[in-house]
Amino acid sequence: MNQIPALIRVFAYLSILTVGGGMAAFPEMKILTVEVHKWLTFPQLIHLYSVGQMAPGPNMMMIVVIGQWAGGMLGAIAVLIAFLGPTALLTFVVARLWKKLEKWPWRISIQQGLAPVSIGLLLAGCFTMAKGAISGVETAAIAVGVLLILLRYKVNPALLVVGGAVLGVFSFMPK
Amino acid sequence: MSETVAKLAGQRGADAASAQVAVSIGQIFLEFLIIGATSFGGVVPYLRGSLVTKRHWVDDKEFVEMLSISQSLPGLNATNMAILVGDKLRGALGSIAAIIGICLPGAVLMCVVGMFYRIHGDHDFVTAALKGVAAAAVGLILSTVMGLSEKSLAGKFDFVFMALTVIAVNRLHQSVPRTLVVVGLLAILFHRPRKKQKESATL
Repeated sequence: MNQIPALIRVFAYLSILTVGGGMAAFPEMKILTVEVHKWLTFPQLIHLYSVGQMAPGPNMMMIVVIGQWAGGMLGAIAVLIAFLGPTALLTFVVARLWKKLEKWPWRISIQQGLAPVSIGLLLAGCFTMAKGAISGVETAAIAVGVLLILLRYKVNPALLVVGGAVLGVFSFMPK
Repeated sequence: MSETVAKLAGQRGADAASAQVAVSIGQIFLEFLIIGATSFGGVVPYLRGSLVTKRHWVDDKEFVEMLSISQSLPGLNATNMAILVGDKLRGALGSIAAIIGICLPGAVLMCVVGMFYRIHGDHDFVTAALKGVAAAAVGLILSTVMGLSEKSLAGKFDFVFMALTVIAVNRLHQSVPRTLVVVGLLAILFHRPRKKQKESATL
């Protein structure tokens, strides 16, 4: 069955949800890609997202994998365009307006008001992911460890994710 | 040639950067391609290093402004920045060159990773490593959330709005758009512009 139209629909919708960051779209991404369309499983989604943190560039490029699995190379390209297009166009248009609205008092209100909501959306995405990724003392310890290190020291986050992989091999390899 | 011109302009200081130096579409694409291929662990510092420090395509103040717009609007920070900088340099075509450049390396890499994962994803070794990677990613997102909260949350009501958002999405299973509209409007109204006269009247 041709999945391309569904892929485009889903990822164009997810695109406009990425307020504050890609993670804001994660709860709905789980519902739509895992539960509704069954393009992949929840653990697979978590794995792809996490591995994506080690890749360079924008941190949601893992979406192309979903497109590729569901619709081949064309699916990957369709997903990328659908996911980037709507917000790219919006940013392009709004940014030009935004500059003209410099004196408009509501501009600051909108920025101040959207800040807590976008942070809340990121946190909600984080919790959704934690439900699948944190399954015991060891995984919780890795997450807390990474958090504490990042809050205290200036370390490249990608290195810590690689560190997580090493710890994972040591902790979870069946004996 | 135009590269040396850009460099010279940069040496004349930040002001010169805003005076347009012709940057070709190819140069924009290449610079963002390099950022896209090298920016491990978060794009923003690499963007600043390349666009402000190395190329002088935008000055520091402009960069911060663009970043604040990128964060307020839907879309990934990295891709929104590509749109804004590309537009500044060469209009719509510049934006397109920049966004393709910054996404291409990561997208291709993830495609390869996806193929590999599909074949080897259920090996014990890979499963164990991925379990650690996923846990580390949760810690990473939490640190991003805490960094942003420190920077942009003002006062306890902002924490209430943040909590309301989390509860709406995670507990009440409301859709993100609905949450965004309802809680977002409340928060924007809370932060509405207050009249200065009113303040002086109450004083």
